[in-house]
Amino acid sequence: MPNVLAFAEQRDGKLRRASLEVMTAARTVADALGGEVHALLIAPRNTAAMAADLGRYGADKVLAGESAALAQYVPEAYARAVADAAGAGYHTVFFPASPMGKDLAPRVAVRLDAALASDVTAVGVESGELVVTRPIYGGRIFATVTVEGACRIVSLRPNVVRAAESAKAGTLQPLALPAEAGRTKVRELKAAGGAKLDVAEAPIVVSGGRGMKAPENWSMLEELAAALGGSCALGASRAVVDAGWRPHSEQVGQTGKTVSPQLYVAVGISGAMQHLAGMRSAKTIVAINKDADAPIFKVADFGIVGDAMEVVPRLTAELKKPR
Amino acid sequence: MKTYVCIKRVPDTESRLKVGADGKSIDGAGLKYIISPYDEYALETALRQKESAGAGEVIVISVGEATSGEQLRNALAMGADGAVLLRGQPTMDGLATARALAAELKSAGAELVLCGMKAADDEQQEVGPMLAELLDLPCVTGVAELEVQGGSIVCQREVEGGTEVVEAPLPAVVTITKGKFEPRYPSLKGIMAAKKKPLEEKDAQLPAGRIQVRQLTPPPERPAGRIVGQGVDAVPELVRVLREEAKVI
Repeated sequence: MPNVLAFAEQRDGKLRRASLEVMTAARTVADALGGEVHALLIAPRNTAAMAADLGRYGADKVLAGESAALAQYVPEAYARAVADAAGAGYHTVFFPASPMGKDLAPRVAVRLDAALASDVTAVGVESGELVVTRPIYGGRIFATVTVEGACRIVSLRPNVVRAAESAKAGTLQPLALPAEAGRTKVRELKAAGGAKLDVAEAPIVVSGGRGMKAPENWSMLEELAAALGGSCALGASRAVVDAGWRPHSEQVGQTGKTVSPQLYVAVGISGAMQHLAGMRSAKTIVAINKDADAPIFKVADFGIVGDAMEVVPRLTAELKKPR
Repeated sequence: MKTYVCIKRVPDTESRLKVGADGKSIDGAGLKYIISPYDEYALETALRQKESAGAGEVIVISVGEATSGEQLRNALAMGADGAVLLRGQPTMDGLATARALAAELKSAGAELVLCGMKAADDEQQEVGPMLAELLDLPCVTGVAELEVQGGSIVCQREVEGGTEVVEAPLPAVVTITKGKFEPRYPSLKGIMAAKKKPLEEKDAQLPAGRIQVRQLTPPPERPAGRIVGQGVDAVPELVRVLREEAKVI
């Protein structure tokens, strides 16, 4: 039977939202093929509860391994575990296109000798063939491609597919995990403060550009992000990254990250072509810019023409008001 | 130390892209081509490592058509010591590309292999870790800074919420993102010297790609938006439409 395997990413014993989106995409493909969805979960604890959630979102079976040693991502051990489990023969193996998924999927692809389509935004099956959509050239072109071979690998861009409940058995099946630690060692994690979400993974992004005037004004955007809720990440235009105001990891656009959040708030960003391409597939775009002719307003759903320094604090205050 | 840097010829990221008449490829007419930006960061990293060590060799390697020779020459002008062109049709199937590179690198004596984190055209972000697996080498991805310490490398990599410091034994494969240093421009002297440097060409051992492009299209148009208003007075209306119409907050 043509079954589909879906890697479910967790953190601290909790499933990540992107994992549920992957279940929904996997379900789409499995249903078209008449097969089952098997989820694969590696976690330090709590696999039974997470397996129940995965069942609710469409997993017929959950292959789950508990290991304190693999609580954090260990590339080579994870690659072996997934490849061993997938060796049973799956039509397609799904990963979230999160930072972990983008590191893991290519390693598994080699072990399974399978072609990998990364960061896809739509999946479907046509006459038995797997057909996916991939934004390329920083989102300036969309490619529709077929992925061929005995097994195929897909990583799914976060926030694009809406996770939908589809209750299945979610039968828990223990998974033996490899003991190997791998050759790379994490020496240290220097936290930049808080458990920040990657800009490519966050459902809400607040992005700043030159109109923020100075790097110290980013506290205003941090406050706005906080008012928008815990699942908001900060982004930046190329201009302010090149000026050294913000780290490259926050850059949105062709030489940074291509993002598709539910809500993208562009503050003081005029909208260079490469930036627009990198965020135009957001569901809703808000622009705040003092230049009414700025190109950003051409892609924005809602705009305010005004000085970011005044509009942003007012917006934060308005969002904090009790409803 | 012998370092290989994998580079790719891509259209300039500032250029206007048009889908070709076949509907499956980019119209190359009038396009300017460059070394993919992250690959340039990888090359800069390799050149700086060689300079700080005071010894070593940096070889650039590319899978592509004869035209990719232009980017390899540019890399030589920036300071690479040698170049290898594996002639073949570029494919979106990164595993095919990685196999072609691995066939060349498996007995090349590379102590360090650097790749850009992702190519600016296909954005698959997969060739580096695939190459590592094929060569059975450790791999660190998304590295902003790299230092060689004896027989190991210490890498600073961007992760959610901070920077991870990862150590790996050499030989290793590392994919590079933007770090502290901008890629250098070739000097006139470098451009002259590049003409005399070796550029080896051979046919790539490139398996058939298993990702087939059916169609390329411009991104879907967005419906016309609206200006909610001017200045701070427009804020309450913006919050209202986000809550009641867009329902995103």
